[in-house]
Amino acid sequence: MNANDAAVIIGAYEHPGRELPDKSLAQIHAEVAIGALADAGLTLDDVDGFFLGHDAPGYGGGWVSMAEYLGLRSLTYMDSTESGGASPIYHVSHAAAAIAAGKCNVALITLAGKPRTGIQPGGGGPLRPEDSFEMGMFTGAGLVSTYALAAQRHMYEYGTTSEQLAEIKVAATIHASHNPNAFLQKVMTVEDVVNSPLVADPLHRADCCLVTDGGGAVVVVSREVARSLNRQPVKILGQGEAAKLTDGGRVDLTYTSAVQSGPRAFEQAGVTVNDIDYVSIYDSFTITVLEILEDLGFCEKGEGGRFVMDGTLVAPHGRLPFNTDGGGLSNNHPGHRGGITKIIEAVRQLRGEANQGVQVPDCEIALVHGNGGDLGTRMRSATMILGRDA
Amino acid sequence: MLPAPKPVVNPDTAEFWKATAEGRFLGRRCDDCGEAIWYPRPICPFCHSANTRWEEFTGLGSVYSYSVVHRAGGEWKGVTPYVLAYVELDEGPRMMTNIVDCDVDEVAIGDKVEVVFEDTGDGNALPRFRPVQSQSAQSQTAQSQTA
Ligand SMILES: [Zn+2]
Repeated sequence: MNANDAAVIIGAYEHPGRELPDKSLAQIHAEVAIGALADAGLTLDDVDGFFLGHDAPGYGGGWVSMAEYLGLRSLTYMDSTESGGASPIYHVSHAAAAIAAGKCNVALITLAGKPRTGIQPGGGGPLRPEDSFEMGMFTGAGLVSTYALAAQRHMYEYGTTSEQLAEIKVAATIHASHNPNAFLQKVMTVEDVVNSPLVADPLHRADCCLVTDGGGAVVVVSREVARSLNRQPVKILGQGEAAKLTDGGRVDLTYTSAVQSGPRAFEQAGVTVNDIDYVSIYDSFTITVLEILEDLGFCEKGEGGRFVMDGTLVAPHGRLPFNTDGGGLSNNHPGHRGGITKIIEAVRQLRGEANQGVQVPDCEIALVHGNGGDLGTRMRSATMILGRDA
Repeated sequence: MLPAPKPVVNPDTAEFWKATAEGRFLGRRCDDCGEAIWYPRPICPFCHSANTRWEEFTGLGSVYSYSVVHRAGGEWKGVTPYVLAYVELDEGPRMMTNIVDCDVDEVAIGDKVEVVFEDTGDGNALPRFRPVQSQSAQSQTAQSQTA
């Protein structure tokens, strides 16, 4: 049996908060955990698998401290795979594999952060071997400026323009205007985006994701558990992981590791780009979306700029509706990590529970893609293809 | 001047940082597969051989990509706008660095650049790059200095 047939997503929950000064980071993890379990008709007492990334506070990559905080007493499987904002997308497939192997039956995956009103953990630990050559204190490199290096090179090689990148933000703001919880409610125009201040040329402020508090959680269970619950499951059709590293200094900024993770997911799912009704694409920056769409094969390499024009990404009737919650660019990017909200919105679309105005008609197959790390240096990709349960 | 904090020296890179004090730009070369390796480390990431050695690189290259940074934090806040870049070394690797001694609005992909060392005040220096003056520009500079 395909590992993915053994498990389904049964619960999903996004915290409604975007500024949470009065809640601890652990409390936000706890609230989203309870929310996703309640969505599935489960409670914390049912959880035997626990998956979190380093956004969780405390010891053991988070899971030890959070298991204690939550009072999880029945854990048989724990995984703190850390892959930046893409982590929860890894966690869903790792949970499916653990369930298929009989290691657990109810897997809880949480993500939370409060960079807006508090301190975000993570990024600590011992110095990395490359640090003295590229880290911010030596080169002034920051997250925006390293993504800007990628955008600049993409523009140089393919003629991509700032106006084309802006189309991605515009689509996100249109979607966010249908989402009462979205941080950014105002629809922006291409002119608004390109006239926002340059942070690191060629990226403007509006090319960057939001800084928000909040979080989300999903619950993956065995088919057997799902049958006992009164909630529409979402199938995990295929999954692929990959990493793209600096390769002895042969850095190429025009593509991401989606070129490897994408085909792996499509092959396992037995579908092609033409079968995809909706995409959740990691949107730390507009350039992130553009390169990933090319790398997944939705258009030819270098054609991303032209592809996103003319409302391609705008729900419900664009050719490829994306991030219909508003995404990290306009809705929510909790803890600088966009992975969990990407999964949650895909689940909403497949269940027909997206916001009015952005629900894709007859949404049967969705693709979720996360990019952890940095387009300008090293990154990890996770691609997941989800299906509506018949 | 950009901030020039002292680097973290470890056994992989001690020789590299020592050479910077003498204005020499070292890289690592694999004697089995022949590839130039960046950042410096003793095991070749291409063929995984330990048969690697230090080599003095030319310190010449060209701009592979760049960004003029307008907003930054910490010590870098006071030096905007500055140029973050990848320089493709003539030996092959692309390294993250800064372009200095330049008009930030004039930097372009493909520009020829050369290494300069910026003293950390701790017995070593950070490698950065500046535009290579064209022959005519160099002779003009020489003339104006003579005059
Ligand atoms: Zn080698």
